[in-house]
Amino acid sequence: MSPALLPDDVDLTTVLADAHLENPVMTASGCAASGQELQQFFDVAELGAVVTKSILRDPRSGRATPRMVETPSGMLNSIGLQGPGINAFLARDLPWLLQHDARPIVSIAGSSLGEYAELARRVGNTPGVAAIEVNISCPNVEDRGLVFACDPVQAGRVLSVVRRDTARGVPVFAKLSPDVTSIVDIARSVVEAGADGLVLINTLLGLSVDLATMRPTLAGVTGGLSGPAVRPVAVRAVWQVANALPGIPLIGVGGIRTGADALEFLVAGASAVQVGTAIFNDPGAPIRVLRELRTELASRGFARVSSAVGFANRSAADVAAAAG
Amino acid sequence: MTVRAPARGPIQVDGEVFSNKRVGAYAHLVLVADGIAERTRPGHFVALSVGGPTSARLLRRAFSIYRVRPAGIYGGTVEIVFAATGPGTQWLAERRAHDPVNVVGPLGRPFALPKEPVGCALVGGGYGSAPLFGLAARLRERGCGVHMVLGAATESRLFGALEAKRAAQSVTVTTEDGSVGIRGRVTDPLPSLLARHSIEVVYSCGPMGMLAAVTRVATQHGAWSQTAVEESMACGIGVCMTCVLPVVGDDGVTKMVRACVEGPVFAGDKVRWEAVGTVPAGTFGAPAAGGH
Repeated sequence: MSPALLPDDVDLTTVLADAHLENPVMTASGCAASGQELQQFFDVAELGAVVTKSILRDPRSGRATPRMVETPSGMLNSIGLQGPGINAFLARDLPWLLQHDARPIVSIAGSSLGEYAELARRVGNTPGVAAIEVNISCPNVEDRGLVFACDPVQAGRVLSVVRRDTARGVPVFAKLSPDVTSIVDIARSVVEAGADGLVLINTLLGLSVDLATMRPTLAGVTGGLSGPAVRPVAVRAVWQVANALPGIPLIGVGGIRTGADALEFLVAGASAVQVGTAIFNDPGAPIRVLRELRTELASRGFARVSSAVGFANRSAADVAAAAG
Repeated sequence: MTVRAPARGPIQVDGEVFSNKRVGAYAHLVLVADGIAERTRPGHFVALSVGGPTSARLLRRAFSIYRVRPAGIYGGTVEIVFAATGPGTQWLAERRAHDPVNVVGPLGRPFALPKEPVGCALVGGGYGSAPLFGLAARLRERGCGVHMVLGAATESRLFGALEAKRAAQSVTVTTEDGSVGIRGRVTDPLPSLLARHSIEVVYSCGPMGMLAAVTRVATQHGAWSQTAVEESMACGIGVCMTCVLPVVGDDGVTKMVRACVEGPVFAGDKVRWEAVGTVPAGTFGAPAAGGH
């Protein structure tokens, strides 16, 4: 680190495989729909990218209510991937994002390899799509055994078909679940299968009991835990994977509420970050985090995002080397 | 921080408490929040953050707007009435003058107003009456007859019974314990009131069970029904997908729609009241046999 800089002097651009972004702050999938609602509060074109809610092949109603419960510094959700399906997305939502100069990263989710392949063919060959995020880790599916992200072989198969069917030059990122014995093993498997980068982490599976009814609070029984409560888990995942797979672009997500939180992910090894649950608290959160991150970088003398990426990790290695 | 947006639609404002008073079992909170009043129509709501900027309670609390006043000597104000039932609403009930509260609003679709000067019944359960006073004023401006029915479990849980006398041509009060007005529920006096005043539109706001019952009475009477629903929300702006309920669309297909953006006001006869809390069979995108 060097002496403090002026915030405007910080180069915020970041590179994620073939995706070159103006800045490292994105929305997190499932927390920003497809951007239209947030446009009421700030210009989504100012973000590095807008990550859409996961798109499925067919329309889906999602789960019954209650779908949400507040927990300490977080929440559990059990939405069940409600959405209009790929046709409506390509006809309506993606054109809207492109007309508003946003960089869309399209999250796709499926329940079979064939579904993932079809989505990759249709989304991954549409001009203007900045990248594909492959959701192999949504906890809100009927059968937890179907969560591809919990099995390195299955996870690898999904990424291999998506990479195969997506246009060259459009990076494919795999979003991983922290609910596994070794996230590094899953990460290695999907990278070997062709993933160009990794998004760490999806929600953690949780459960809340309503003591008034003595039944689970959520209609779907279990839900995904998100918010600042999970941030240390996410930072740990980024740190571990950054160490194990140097050079693979990582996108950190989990409980980011401030620019300082975002910086924590960068120095742990992420080249970009996503803001999710904080949007529910503050609809302007993504743009505020971006502004704060610029100031955090400047005050520490980081002239560019890339100088901060992995800094905590690097210096730890340096210290060890010096001591050795 | 104040985030300005194009005219119409919601804005995010760092507001502050002007006053906070107890009214019976409820809190009546007046917030200075510039820019909200000018955009508000009856039926809109606001979403407030609770606990301050480092709060461990991240989800916004949604409240029907009771009254607004555009900027004058003070900044514009927005008023809500609520019951302190959990830690978030308890925190709001404890705010004092000048305390900061972040406000997002106005949100949702407001009540639809009749084009003709017809007779209207406005039915409120508990503090659900709050948004009906602004509505009453708008209806009177259009020459509509305004008849209010306010109900609650007990007298302390009624809101605005006195104000209703100024707002409406007739006021009927019901309490379940008979502590004031007619002993019973709002739907008990409603059929005869609808007939007596040739009511063509029934507006209601309150608990879901009440809205379902009011809609039944209105439909039997051949009146049009406008209901403002209460669904728990995380964001209030349409991105979290938690506040959904089954509503029949113009195409006859049931969809899980967001109460925060497609509502909170719905045509009562379009809501699948019996199926709220479930995804009824035949819903758009519902799982086929065997599940998702």
